[in-house]
Amino acid sequence: MSFQELLKNTFSDTFQVSLGAFAPELVLCGLVIVLLLAKMFLPRWRSGPFWLTVAGSLSALWLLKPWESLGVAIAEKATPLFTGLLVGDSFSIYFRTLLIGFIVLFAIMTRLTRALDRDNDVELFTLIVGATVGMCLMVSANHMLIVFLAVEMVSVPSYILAGMVRGQRFGSEAAIKYAVYGAATAGIMLYGISLLVGTLGTAHLPTMGKMLAELLQNEPMADRYLVLVLSGLMILVGLAFKLSVFPFHSWAPDVFEGATAEVAAFLSIASKAAALGLLIRLVIGLGYVADPAGLAALEPVRWFMTGSIGTLAAMSCTFGNLTAYGQNNLKRLFAYSTIAHAGYMLMPVAAISALIGTNLVDARTAASATAFYVSIYLLMNLVAFATIAFVRDQVGNESVGALKGLVQTSPGLAVLFSVTLFSFIGLPPLAGFAAKFAAFASVWNAGLIWLVVIGALNTVLSLFYYLRVAKVMTIENAPEAFEKRIQIPICWSVRGWFILALTLPIILWGIWWNGLFIWTQAATSLLF
Amino acid sequence: MFLPNNPLVVLSLVVFLPAAAALLICFLPKGSSNLIKTFSFCVTFAVFLVTLLIAIPGGSDAESLRFAMGNGEIQHAFSVDWIPSFNIYYFFGIDGISFPLIILTSFLCMLAMAASFPIEKHVKAYCILFLLLETGMLGVFMALDFFLFYVFWEVMLLPMYFLIGVWGGPRKEYAAIKFFLFTLVGSVLMLVALLMLYFASDLNTLSPQQLTACKIDSSVVQQTPEGPIHTFNLLALAEMGQMENSPFDQDLLWGKSIQWWAFLLLLLGFLVKVPAVPIHTWLPDAHVEAPTPISMILAGVLLKMGGYGILRICYPICPAAAYELAWFVCGLGALSMVYGAFAAMAQKDFKRLVAYSSISHMGYVVLGMGVWTITAGNLMSTDYWSLGMNGAMFQMVAHGISSAGMFFMVGVIYERVHHRDLDKFGGLFAKMPIYSGMAMGIFFAALGLPGLCGFIGEVLVTLSVWKYSAVLAVISASVVILTAAYILWTIQRVYLGPEYKGPHGESLHRMTPREIAIGAPLLALAVLFGVWPRAVLDYTTPSVNKTLGDMAVWMERVELPRLKIEREETLHEEEITDNPIAPDLTKPAPSSVSSLTSRETESAR
Repeated sequence: MSFQELLKNTFSDTFQVSLGAFAPELVLCGLVIVLLLAKMFLPRWRSGPFWLTVAGSLSALWLLKPWESLGVAIAEKATPLFTGLLVGDSFSIYFRTLLIGFIVLFAIMTRLTRALDRDNDVELFTLIVGATVGMCLMVSANHMLIVFLAVEMVSVPSYILAGMVRGQRFGSEAAIKYAVYGAATAGIMLYGISLLVGTLGTAHLPTMGKMLAELLQNEPMADRYLVLVLSGLMILVGLAFKLSVFPFHSWAPDVFEGATAEVAAFLSIASKAAALGLLIRLVIGLGYVADPAGLAALEPVRWFMTGSIGTLAAMSCTFGNLTAYGQNNLKRLFAYSTIAHAGYMLMPVAAISALIGTNLVDARTAASATAFYVSIYLLMNLVAFATIAFVRDQVGNESVGALKGLVQTSPGLAVLFSVTLFSFIGLPPLAGFAAKFAAFASVWNAGLIWLVVIGALNTVLSLFYYLRVAKVMTIENAPEAFEKRIQIPICWSVRGWFILALTLPIILWGIWWNGLFIWTQAATSLLF
Repeated sequence: MFLPNNPLVVLSLVVFLPAAAALLICFLPKGSSNLIKTFSFCVTFAVFLVTLLIAIPGGSDAESLRFAMGNGEIQHAFSVDWIPSFNIYYFFGIDGISFPLIILTSFLCMLAMAASFPIEKHVKAYCILFLLLETGMLGVFMALDFFLFYVFWEVMLLPMYFLIGVWGGPRKEYAAIKFFLFTLVGSVLMLVALLMLYFASDLNTLSPQQLTACKIDSSVVQQTPEGPIHTFNLLALAEMGQMENSPFDQDLLWGKSIQWWAFLLLLLGFLVKVPAVPIHTWLPDAHVEAPTPISMILAGVLLKMGGYGILRICYPICPAAAYELAWFVCGLGALSMVYGAFAAMAQKDFKRLVAYSSISHMGYVVLGMGVWTITAGNLMSTDYWSLGMNGAMFQMVAHGISSAGMFFMVGVIYERVHHRDLDKFGGLFAKMPIYSGMAMGIFFAALGLPGLCGFIGEVLVTLSVWKYSAVLAVISASVVILTAAYILWTIQRVYLGPEYKGPHGESLHRMTPREIAIGAPLLALAVLFGVWPRAVLDYTTPSVNKTLGDMAVWMERVELPRLKIEREETLHEEEITDNPIAPDLTKPAPSSVSSLTSRETESAR
């Protein structure tokens, strides 16, 4: 291929295929610039950043056209973008819809809370939108280079977000802890990536899978196994950090406690969703090749991934649930709750890796169970952190005790928050149960009985601390000398509507979750 | 009276009317507590009325929604797609096992709502939760899809937690969380068993006739020929469990089959609810702390769900495991009977005593179900087992009436004197003659006095055990004496005696008309079921005997040949090693039990 031809191919690929599929990210990038310029030229337009962010995200969503690839049964075929650096398929569209949709919800939430004063709005939204671009890259990554770049694109804004409120000791402490820890794991991950890429001679994920299969086919007892295992573990460290999975979770409680509840919501939902999407990409990239001989040769790789991800999931669940018992700060409590839920979300990923070699249909179901869990977890966690933020605004306190007797002053909020807590536990007929059920079903189907048993027992363990919060709100009486009472009527305030709008899907999807599950199935139907 | 012919409408109405009413109550003003209570009562009354209309005998034609007596099959079943991604259906139906419990539920809910009128705290929330609870309970008995069953099973949990936790006594929080925890452990075990059975099931193994009988569209199977089609359909799962080479016979763990594990997990899940010793400890606490109407529901309905689950799910789906573990079930039943009776005798708290008596009485239910005997002498006969199962079923209904009555009677006196210390009572007969008469009637019913409802169930179960194990029979018979001891002693301490010397003696006024209206129907039913047990047995026996007959057929077709082969193998081994006299292996198999399925229902009466 001559240089000219190469240039021409690249040109046509970039302008005719890739840029069109990349348009939502481009819009978000443009939004970042517009936000910064708006601050410069229209400093008096106080609510400007909010409206710009909402409008920008909505137009990005519109360009993404999720209804075209998810609404109908025919899912979008995977197309390599930018000469294979990214991949555009319905899976990435589904996750990007979640992530960009989350910006809108996040913007509305920060508009309703008062933690970050209006002057900070621009910085906040700039960082959030910028990080989201990175997340979109994570879920469409098809190349190890992009994997690392995207992870860093998300991490750096997150460090700043954690210390967003100026002059607050805890916030700065959280930010520095997060940054140091993050930098270390990023380094380890990069080392792992370089080992892997060096061994296989390519950084393009599907090709890596093929090379790996060849390697395993040709040299059954290769001396490079140690390197492969090591690199796999190192990459897992980086992702586990992003997912806040035990034992790489220790930043989460401190950061969540130090950062504002809104930022904690962003860190616990969006970066987790993106990291999970990326993990699924890696599992499929390294554990699956189309040709049967290669697929069979990859069995040890899948065994390794199933084992390590399953073990991480089991440990994370158990640790998170047990540690959450002793927490009195709501944000800390929910930090441990997210650690536990990261474990639940990893379970179907282990199932994907176990099933992908033998049963593609069931492996797809496992992938949709993961996507399903993420979508429902987004709603539940957002309700939780929004409630914490609203309560903090009114009583200036984020302890569990601040909610005492909430049912007497704002019964609607207490009921909806309780519903969310029960959804976290996984009680039917709430969406949290549907998510857990789908996840456990896939794990059982993959033959990982021990993982199902651990997950089921963890459901019981998690009962105590969620129920404790519900109990404080509903059964305990508000203290007499309580000057400030929380007043958030559900029907007569925008905050109430916000909570209601997020809780209703939790209830409705709990009763009838087939529709959402079909979307996730469409999202994963052409994943492999 | 008019009833739409569509079972989808009627059965859904019965289940979801309370939930819809609860939603409506959300929009009623907070202050109008009397309006809310009256409205809730009307709703429970309406639900009871509908179930009663279904129950009235007479209409046996297919058009009417009347319950067809003498038919052991599932009636009025309908199945609608719910979550096709996991083959989950909205599948309801009633039969002789579930329907009496449905009426019992709607009846007790009505009475419990009437008994809730004294409640003044957070009335709105109370009524909403109460109605949601009713929806959950009715749904459990109606559901024939395992997933749906599980959802309703859990739906009950939350309202119950709050009803105990908010309106309960001094240790309400402890009692509520304990109840929640125990039940959740049980349901998590059930969830694992549910996944186990779901992924082992395959609709392709069933014939088109079987599929039609299970209300499954046979086109489902034709559409996707490749790969197994899993199902949550309880009837289909039962068909698969009773097949030769059942898909549930595969090994799962430690040399035990899927059925064995599923049975064990399900059994434990249900036994928590029954409750059987040693997983009963939540019950005394929950009962003592719960407000009176909730205690009535707990004892009257919730405990029955365990028994119902065992009868509906455990036995038909996992017969091989049930056969293997029959000793375990019977042992736990007998243990509960004895332990509950002794524990009841030791109580000082009136309500705690009644709670332990529930454990003892529910032991009969477990024991009666577990008695797996299909031989009488040298003949194949399920007479004994049929006695036991029918006795267990009757005992569930009878205990529903008597225990709800007992808790109500305790509640009446607690409302007046605000204590439940048995040693401080005495002489109530003089001050409250109507109340004492009623209470003694109900207590005698629980005691098992002939002519009252408790007697029939106990005697059927005790008779049936004899064939299975004489030791257990002696034990269960002697528990009758223990029961008599603690109940007579209680009556003596509370109602007899010269005069009441405890606190708040001045407030011992007579029973109000409302209280009489709640107590009287319970007493009347206790008498009615005692003198004319067919009022219950006519509904239950056909279905119970059908379940039984299915299992007897399974026993003959699957288990006996297997046992025979095993025996021959062991004999062969002995022959080789010890060279004994060769046994006659050509002896013909036991006589046919094909008549078992059409067994007369008389045996149980």
